[in-house]
Amino acid sequence: MMGFISYLVNGISLGSVYALIALGYTMVYGIAKMLNFAHGDVIMIGGFVTFTAVSGMGLPPILGVLISVAVCTVLGMVIERIAYKPLRGASKLAVLITAIGVSYFLQNIALLIYGSNTKSFTSVVAIEPLSLADGAIILSGETIVTILACIVIMIALTSFIKYSKSGRAMLAVSEDSGAAQLMGVNVNATIALTFAIGSALAAIAGVLLCSSYPALTPYTGAMPGIKAFVAAVFGGIGSIPGAFIGGILLGVIEILGKAYISSQLADAIVFAVLIIVLLVKPTGLLGKQIQEKV
Amino acid sequence: MKMKALSKNTKSNLITYGMVILAYVVMEILTRAGMVSSLLQGLLVPLCTYVILAVSLNLVVGISGELSLGHAGFMCVGAFASAFFSNYTKEAITVSGLRFFLALLIGAAVAALFGFLIGIPVLRLRGDYLAIVTLAFGEIIKNVINVIFLGHDSKGFHISFKDAFSMNMEPDGEVLINGPQGITGTPHDSSFLIGIILILITLFIVINMVNSRTGRAIMAIRDNRIAAESVGIHITKYKLLAFTVSASLAGVAGVLYAHNLSTLAAQPKNFGYNMSIMILVFVVLGGIGNIRGSIIAAVVLTLLPELLRSLNDYRMLMYAIVLIATMIFTSSPGGQAFRERYSLKVLFGQKKQEKEAE
Repeated sequence: MMGFISYLVNGISLGSVYALIALGYTMVYGIAKMLNFAHGDVIMIGGFVTFTAVSGMGLPPILGVLISVAVCTVLGMVIERIAYKPLRGASKLAVLITAIGVSYFLQNIALLIYGSNTKSFTSVVAIEPLSLADGAIILSGETIVTILACIVIMIALTSFIKYSKSGRAMLAVSEDSGAAQLMGVNVNATIALTFAIGSALAAIAGVLLCSSYPALTPYTGAMPGIKAFVAAVFGGIGSIPGAFIGGILLGVIEILGKAYISSQLADAIVFAVLIIVLLVKPTGLLGKQIQEKV
Repeated sequence: MKMKALSKNTKSNLITYGMVILAYVVMEILTRAGMVSSLLQGLLVPLCTYVILAVSLNLVVGISGELSLGHAGFMCVGAFASAFFSNYTKEAITVSGLRFFLALLIGAAVAALFGFLIGIPVLRLRGDYLAIVTLAFGEIIKNVINVIFLGHDSKGFHISFKDAFSMNMEPDGEVLINGPQGITGTPHDSSFLIGIILILITLFIVINMVNSRTGRAIMAIRDNRIAAESVGIHITKYKLLAFTVSASLAGVAGVLYAHNLSTLAAQPKNFGYNMSIMILVFVVLGGIGNIRGSIIAAVVLTLLPELLRSLNDYRMLMYAIVLIATMIFTSSPGGQAFRERYSLKVLFGQKKQEKEAE
């Protein structure tokens, strides 16, 4: 029983990371209607920037995280400006392939700078592990910080979108970008802002992920990126609460599957659950049903 | 005189077949003349594999209009089924041609079966949801194959999903599929000639399918599902048909791939979603729905990293930049406008003449 609870908490922690990444996917999808395959690699860049700042230059961890967030925010906006903006209005597949190109580009930039050897990431969290129920459940500092960070970010993001002017502009653009433009919303600026927020979240997710799982390579971001994409679809792509729920569920399923069924099949279980959910609810848990018009 | 009687479509298809045969003849002459590096020679069979994969994926993405990201999964199924068969019958069937032919049938059939079974649920979904589910199936296939242990001894087959010991085999038993290590010792039955023949067969199947009543039905569904349904086209049947044929051809590519390697293991690099995405890149860059384009893109993009070898570490970076630049140049509104202006200024006269000639 105690084992189950600690697996559950670890699952929620991993799920929080997926949720943060999935938020970036889902926001970009909601607004630009594109699958940003390069999002996973922004996580990896976030990890490497913090690694350089903390382990390479000896800066305090907090500063390292802030630098990483700043770098990724700019990176996200630059990618959007150079690679995606010219393709606005182009076919969906063309944008998808461009995103894949950007993903290759980021991986190979990291490969050139840092090489293919695995870097050992120093955790940015300096909190003592928390021991509950006479030591039957031990929660590491990283687990606690990850879950708290995810909750705080979720609340902040939801209120930003609900109450601020630019947040509501984002909602308007995702609903109907043409109508939003006629109402005076600057669509291009809103899309750039979405990429900025998504990439900032990816940077935080990258730091948290690498703190819990310290192996850092140029391909670190690829699998979590795909899983977060799955999480976003799972919850209903385009829906922010959906990304949160999808991420948490995915993390819990993965950790429990690893613990109780088979560690090699954990990924297969995650994907199988996704397939079952989509067959029952074809647009994800919280996705909107699209009516077909003739 | 006779050429004129042929329709434009037939002519275009003959060019496609001719191109493949010409490529074979040229490569064969160059190889005989010793002008082909061993590196390039080693690439020839994989090149055929990629061409078959690209053409077969084009059937789903281009003709049927569904974005599939799990094509490598079907290749994986075909590769493992056929390699298992060839390994098991290595002693029983000594004629490599016959053995390969049977392996080919088995690989194609098993991949088709998987395509059919996966297609039934998957094709109910639309657009991006379909894409992610095909990706998920591809990953599941790869993961499951990695935990299969299958052996054979005097008592028959033994299977386990844990490790080689739990199969409880007799000491003289032979391990055929060894989990993550995969299948070792597959006979080397593939060759460039076989690859070219398989490409021609693939082309024959796909081109004939596209230009038939079936193909027109599939394209009608792609262009307007509701309109197609209202004129009595059975949506599920035709979509499933395209998906199954495509999966089966991917299985053929897998057979070719497996019999070119002595060790076959399901790794993210060869059967993961990265592979599926790479094939998709071939299809999109070659032009969606354009069979000949898929072939050219598969060849060029496979050779590009090799041609850029002099750039060493920068070659994959260049590949990425070329990919992004090509997409922006060919697909963005700005790029298209640029191309039109360029072609109007420089090639105006010639273009017009060409059009009239057609």
